[in-house]
Amino acid sequence: MEYQAKELFAKHGVATTLGVVVETAEAAKAAAEQIGGVTVIKAQVKAGGRGKAGGVKLAKTPDEAFEHATNILALEIKDLPVNRVLVTPATPPEEEYYFSFLLDRANRQYLCIASVEGGVEIEEVAKTNPDAVKQIPIDPGAGVDEAKAREIATEAAFPEAVFEQAVAMIQSLYTVFVEEDATLVEVNPLARLAGDKLEALDGKVSLDENASEVRHPEHEAFEIKDETDPLEAKAKDKGLNYVKLDGQVGIIGNGAGLVMSTLDVVAYAGEAHGGVKPANFLDIGGGANAQVMADGLDVILNDAQVKSVFVNVFGGITACDEVANGIKGALEILGAEATKPLVVRLDGNNVEEGRRILDELNHPLVTQVDTMDGAADKAAELANA
Amino acid sequence: MSIYLNKDSKIIVQGITGGMGSKHTTLMIQSGSNIVGGVNARKAGTTVELAGTTQPVFGTVAEAIKETGADVSVVFVPPAFTKDACIEAIDAGIGLLVVITEGVPVQDTAEVWSYLQGKSTRMIGPNCPGIITPGESLAGITPHTIAGTGPVGLVSKSGTLTYQMMYELRDFGFSTAIGIGGDPIVGTTHIDALAAFEADPDTKAIVMIGEIGGDAEERAAAYIKDNVTKPVVGYVAGFTAPEGKTMGHAGAIVSGSSGTAQAKKEALEAVGVKVGKTPSETAALMREILQSL
Repeated sequence: MEYQAKELFAKHGVATTLGVVVETAEAAKAAAEQIGGVTVIKAQVKAGGRGKAGGVKLAKTPDEAFEHATNILALEIKDLPVNRVLVTPATPPEEEYYFSFLLDRANRQYLCIASVEGGVEIEEVAKTNPDAVKQIPIDPGAGVDEAKAREIATEAAFPEAVFEQAVAMIQSLYTVFVEEDATLVEVNPLARLAGDKLEALDGKVSLDENASEVRHPEHEAFEIKDETDPLEAKAKDKGLNYVKLDGQVGIIGNGAGLVMSTLDVVAYAGEAHGGVKPANFLDIGGGANAQVMADGLDVILNDAQVKSVFVNVFGGITACDEVANGIKGALEILGAEATKPLVVRLDGNNVEEGRRILDELNHPLVTQVDTMDGAADKAAELANA
Repeated sequence: MSIYLNKDSKIIVQGITGGMGSKHTTLMIQSGSNIVGGVNARKAGTTVELAGTTQPVFGTVAEAIKETGADVSVVFVPPAFTKDACIEAIDAGIGLLVVITEGVPVQDTAEVWSYLQGKSTRMIGPNCPGIITPGESLAGITPHTIAGTGPVGLVSKSGTLTYQMMYELRDFGFSTAIGIGGDPIVGTTHIDALAAFEADPDTKAIVMIGEIGGDAEERAAAYIKDNVTKPVVGYVAGFTAPEGKTMGHAGAIVSGSSGTAQAKKEALEAVGVKVGKTPSETAALMREILQSL
């Protein structure tokens, strides 16, 4: 969110105004009083187009700040509830620019995008006047030193009056990008304020989750618990790779690709069964032991929308007998809490033994189907029953 | 014949003494791969017993290459140390570097990729199952028991979908199956593999498996149009993936309207690649092609 991006900017010496983040209209009023003068009340959500959605308002007085904050906190922007607003001094820009560093997947390098024509309307500028949007490749091995920053500022044609500030800010923004392991650092608008002062008025930072895991334990503080889906939060606590979707067939599988594929196959099968859809993505990875299987089932069975569960495992490294024992153990752990039908498809390594274990278990909730397509069809049918 | 890996490949394992490293080195030896040693600076000069063989542990990749003539390295070191392990192997002049490790910071991979420009190393991965030339050699974690040798070349972002597809087409078999990995930046792309399969006389047809995120599949489609004469069948996973959510693989994310499975499918079909809706339908399309060859 904006206020978090600004915290990272400030940490690395990028000129910005932090403002005050509040969760109530009363607190917004108090913040406006404290800041004094005209303030801006800005919705804090992870979505663009906040201004157009009525999420950014100017307040001349603390009472106006109260009124705007009340309205903004009642909004939903792109389906996201607004739980926080940022109160900052109103600093009308004389000019607005756009600046970003990002990971350029296709070219396996970094990319700097800069434009001195228009800030917030950058997408429009890119369409109508693409030459005004400069794209400058960055070699990840070489990075951005002062000379490169100068090259970027020249290419982007920052005006003389703010040129040196731009050179310094480009280096600081690159520091944010590299030191924080970001995949995107965006300043929009980058504003030229009265007195030729360059400042990051609004920004966005996307962080690489792998890097956060490996070397940025402090990034965990950026996660806002009250805006995470409760099932996703529960899954995360248990170390499960889970994404909540809007559907009726719970999915458990091994390997990200196979699970994505399973969702698709279930959605196709659902077309013939009342349009039921996959309820989630859940990859239990290589080691599908009883505890992991139980944790996964526990999360999925707690999804009130779920009517049936499809366990789709191809035993590569994982042996199917281990998976079958995992399911057996999970059902024992869950006991009476397991109430929804399970369709299980096992294939690959040790499949005969795996199927035999489940046959022997003869659990009333468990149905085995030999193929992925057939099992998806069965799970969809049960979800529509 | 095959691509990148064959019976003459001499393989070392970086991280041979770790849990994953020793488990999968054992499986590689059992599959018939020629494993000639491993690397762990802290255990240099020792040996490890794996699958009835005695594997020497070297202090550096350079030393391992000098002593054994290794030309392939498989990397199992933890993500925090993967960048250094890769740079060491590149500096030592390894020919093929297969990085299995999942969870490598993407900026580390970007730096490694920048570093290997102009050098002699081909990198596969990270976050991949590696590469198997059935009946000859395995450098990675793909089960060698799924399918034998045959006319199909397979390139996939995903490990388990690689296994699934090998299983579906096990009666035909594979020249080489390569998992290129699910990270935003990988060393070997679909295009690289397509070019290699096109040039490989034993590969008669190619299965290409993609997934949401990035534009590698669209680029591959453009490449196929101009450069690939062998029949290609495609599959793309993630039609039901919501926007803005990472689906397991770090690179598997739909951003706005880009990176969708639908766009990838359309790009492939536009150049004449038949794309299956499901893995089994994809296998059936390939089966038809193979029967008509």
